[in-house]
Amino acid sequence: MSPILDISNLYKNYGSTEILKDINVSIEPGDFLVLVGPSGCGKSTLLNCIAGLEPITSGRIEIGGRDMTHVSPKDRDIAMVFQSYALYPTMSVAKNITFGMKVRGVDAATQEAKLNEVARQLQIEPLLNRRPGQLSGGQRQRVAMGRALVRDPKLFLFDEPLSNLDAKLRVEMRMEIKKLHHNLGATMVYVTHDQIEAMTLATKIVVMKGGVVQQIGSPSEIYNTPANLFVADFMGSPAMNLIPARARSNGNGTEIEIARDNDAPIVLRDVHARNLPEDVILGLRPEDIAQAGFRAGEDVQQAACMIDMVEPAGADTYVVSNLGGKQVTARLHAETAARPGEMLDLAFDLGKVSYFAPDSGERLN
Amino acid sequence: MTDLALSPPLSRPWGRLALRWLLFTLLGVFALFYLMPLFVMVTTSLKSLEEIRTGSLIAFPREVTFEAWKTAWSGACTGIQCEGLRPYFWNSVVLAIPAVLISTFVGAMNGYVIAQWRFRGANLIFSLLLFGCFIPFQVVLLPMARMLGILGLAGSIPGLIFVHVIYGIGFTTLFFRNYYVTIPSELVKAAKVDGAGFFRIFWSIFLPLSLPIVVVTVIWQFTQIWNDFLFGVSFSQAGTQPVTVALNNIVNSTTGVKEYNVDMAAAIIAALPTLIVYVVAGKYFIRGLTAGSVKG
Repeated sequence: MSPILDISNLYKNYGSTEILKDINVSIEPGDFLVLVGPSGCGKSTLLNCIAGLEPITSGRIEIGGRDMTHVSPKDRDIAMVFQSYALYPTMSVAKNITFGMKVRGVDAATQEAKLNEVARQLQIEPLLNRRPGQLSGGQRQRVAMGRALVRDPKLFLFDEPLSNLDAKLRVEMRMEIKKLHHNLGATMVYVTHDQIEAMTLATKIVVMKGGVVQQIGSPSEIYNTPANLFVADFMGSPAMNLIPARARSNGNGTEIEIARDNDAPIVLRDVHARNLPEDVILGLRPEDIAQAGFRAGEDVQQAACMIDMVEPAGADTYVVSNLGGKQVTARLHAETAARPGEMLDLAFDLGKVSYFAPDSGERLN
Repeated sequence: MTDLALSPPLSRPWGRLALRWLLFTLLGVFALFYLMPLFVMVTTSLKSLEEIRTGSLIAFPREVTFEAWKTAWSGACTGIQCEGLRPYFWNSVVLAIPAVLISTFVGAMNGYVIAQWRFRGANLIFSLLLFGCFIPFQVVLLPMARMLGILGLAGSIPGLIFVHVIYGIGFTTLFFRNYYVTIPSELVKAAKVDGAGFFRIFWSIFLPLSLPIVVVTVIWQFTQIWNDFLFGVSFSQAGTQPVTVALNNIVNSTTGVKEYNVDMAAAIIAALPTLIVYVVAGKYFIRGLTAGSVKG
């Protein structure tokens, strides 16, 4: 299959400031691409470039196999949902949804049929005669989606569509978008700063920082094998533990030594790691540190650790211990006997470990 | 909170009541002060000349007569002609309406471009237009006269319309630009993705949103243009003079007995349209000035 969206060597400057640097992304039909990163990383600018709302400085954008680099937004066969919804305030919901068709000169009967179809799909039939000002946030969101859906485009673009909703509604709408993607089989590009949205929705994630792509991959690739410290820290909540450690080659494996303030260092033995420099940052997700006896496997190693804090979170209990000068979080089962100020045997699953170079931040294994 | 507690007169009911009364009395006095001239004008215009000579300035008319109004409208002499204000009143109407509409429309267009279609130099152009608001009328008189001569519009009503439109664009652009910058730019983006172009977005999305600022601009421009005297007297000739110039001529060119009642009636007639505009659209004026962001 040929890619439906293909961005190659895209640069975008404002004056002498580089906003986007050498972006190369390509997605297949049916993909759900999420652009994620902290605010100011250029993800929304990239989306606007895809939409044709921002001119690019150099590079090439292809949509559906056609060069769209200099094509105007209306001819790119895209539809876009905006953060502020951008509904036309003086038009009714029905007019908002059909405006695009009206501009393109679609006949009235087709407009009506498409409007009804989309209204039914999104369950906004009772709202069609209202003005956007009379709708709740969630309803506005639906109307904005409706406006995109009637277009039936090659590519849907979403610019942080859920960030103006409250937490509960956000989860609901997130599921609806996912369902919509599944039902339509549509191709979507979605911008968010929320890594949970990225993980739950995407088939492919692009993590960005400072206008530079940090990593492109499936959610599980991004989550399990982050390409650098930034990605490791940004994706996942609670964040991945990043512990300074010393590595020593030892026979057919490596000994990892983690210093502790008032105790002997922890020494873990990783039989897979090879050729690590002396100073490394060891990355382990909280769920890869369990209570001893609750995690089995050949790469699991135990060590007694002083528990500083216990945070019950309902389904799990998080415990915090100070290792290598960092607050390290472990995710234990809810009924754990851990008490603050007591020692507890923790099991470190080195099968899931990531190593990073402290200076460059790049992944080492 | 502590500040209020430290000032006992304000926190006690009688103190607050006294302050309230003082405030209303003061406001009442100011209102009377400002209404006084209007009162004198209206009562004087309803008196006969005989009564004006013999009675007091601020007394009510003993016998109400509309004779002076009739004379002012259709019989008073402006120089050698004695047709009253009527022809000049219509000159002003024919002048003000197109001038207001054109300058408002051009201002809306300018504001839309400067606020929502940023281009290189947009700020400079806006600053220059703004600068135009502060150029004194007197400075442009001679160059404008020359300009009108070249365009063949000297002494004509279209010439006056032209002058007022040019002079009004600075203000109208300012009004619309400040209103349109509060409208989220995502609206334009959404419309672009929907396929709408520059004019389509203006007509279908921005203009319907603009009622409050249109009202403000129309009132402002109408008041300016209707009340203008300097441009009117400089760029008109016999037959094309606006009502303000005619009013001046009526008041200044009477011979013999000064007909105060006619002068007063003429002044009220000349002021009536702006007065009506304020009464009818005044509340939108305040709303429009304070309205800003568009929710939705």
